[in-house]
Amino acid sequence: MTRALAILAPGPLASVQDLGRPGFARLGIARGGAADRGACALANRLVGNPETAAVLEITAGGFVARAQGALLAAVTGAAGTVRIAERIVATHAPQAWPDAEMLRVDAPRAGLRSYLAIAGGVDTPVVLGSRSYSRLGGLGAPLEAGDVVPIGSPPAAFPVVDHAIVPEPERSAVTLAATLGPRADWFGAEALEVLLGSTYAVTPHLDRTGIRLAGPPVRRARDGELPSEGMVRGAVQIPAQGIPIIFGSDHPATGGYPVPLVLTPAAADLAAQLTPGMSVRLRLAPHAGLARRPDRMSAWPRTN
Amino acid sequence: MKVLPCGAEAVLAQFDSLDEALAFDAALAAGPVPGVLECVPAARTVLVCFDPSVIGADFLAAQLRRVSTRPPAVRRAAAPAPVEIPVRYDGPDLDLVAAHLGWLREEVVARHTGSVWRVGFVGFSPGFAYLVGTADWAVPRRAEPRLAVPAGSVALAGEYCGIYPRVSPGGWQLIGSTDATLWEPSRSEPALLTPGLSVRFVAVGS
Repeated sequence: MTRALAILAPGPLASVQDLGRPGFARLGIARGGAADRGACALANRLVGNPETAAVLEITAGGFVARAQGALLAAVTGAAGTVRIAERIVATHAPQAWPDAEMLRVDAPRAGLRSYLAIAGGVDTPVVLGSRSYSRLGGLGAPLEAGDVVPIGSPPAAFPVVDHAIVPEPERSAVTLAATLGPRADWFGAEALEVLLGSTYAVTPHLDRTGIRLAGPPVRRARDGELPSEGMVRGAVQIPAQGIPIIFGSDHPATGGYPVPLVLTPAAADLAAQLTPGMSVRLRLAPHAGLARRPDRMSAWPRTN
Repeated sequence: MKVLPCGAEAVLAQFDSLDEALAFDAALAAGPVPGVLECVPAARTVLVCFDPSVIGADFLAAQLRRVSTRPPAVRRAAAPAPVEIPVRYDGPDLDLVAAHLGWLREEVVARHTGSVWRVGFVGFSPGFAYLVGTADWAVPRRAEPRLAVPAGSVALAGEYCGIYPRVSPGGWQLIGSTDATLWEPSRSEPALLTPGLSVRFVAVGS
């Protein structure tokens, strides 16, 4: 029998994700993939898959599926109760999921997105180099009750790690590290102080595309329209009203609002676990990516 | 050219013109830099996404500064023939556009079909190409965007011409429609129009 899992309840949003499809942003589709890349990669490692294997991204729990064939599963990401065959099992650990038994992911007590990896990986058709669902790209679809998700052949080697110790996602306040973005100069020092010195609230307007914050507006130092330019995951975009939006993995490939900050990859993963009502502060990371004054770089000492 | 920071996994190269951005994008495609995952050309910029485990941002920036932004003359001769797109000039905004430009409908059609357009960049939605022409015209967007522009609508806004690959909201002025398939994910080249390609519109009866 082909190994698979039958979706009985997907919860608010569950979809197939991997590490995305780089190479198509020039055609209007952002790389996409798992919102919390670190949790996705960890789930794969725990079941012995390559990090690039496809998993299920489960949003806010409410997920129930039945195994077709004996499976090996691991759930990472949000902190919450996971049951296999009606028994609570440890998350962040490989778990045997016997044939015909049910796996449930309850609504998380902390965090938003859980990642369910199965040894062998989710084996749905690859479209443009990835199995990831992309709403903006119009590729794939969210899982529905009744869907049967095929699972690939398990890797020959059994996973080497029994249990990963990771901190639970924060429940109330998070500080996200960022570096200056391409359009920091569209904002004066005062505006950047507002952005880096204020506490913003996470609004319910939050999905795989982006997170709308609420709080003090960030004023531009200059007028005029920015010609559309390529966007990245973790970009902090300031629309006309000045209230920041953080781009998620399924962001528009290009955008026309200036980006004064870009979250570090680790902070973008943390952002993927934010829930409405939490508070967020942004801070400058010591160093990541291109140095702050790229055009003077050639004058810097190159060796020591 | 300026190289601007854009997080730990990208830099944004900025240029004075679309031509420079396109030339840079083409030159980078012809001589790839190891560690570069993808490039996203836009109106004045090329976003260069990279794998930081392969190449550092500072080193990448230095490499990018050596990439030419002059359109190579040799390549032009080898450039592919323009993609021909059949258009029915039956758009609901054609009269408005003609009135705005002070031309007859026929003149708008003649200038639209008479110009060779070039794909500047792709964005907004998968396969939506921003085409720039040689004609010196600028068309304002609609004051009230439409909630659902039909797929295949040929539209103008600013200096650009675009074709809606699928039904979507939009504020561009609709001058015609085409049956060409702009976006098909199952094709090996999913987008009909990719950055740098040239395009010619051909009027067909409705």
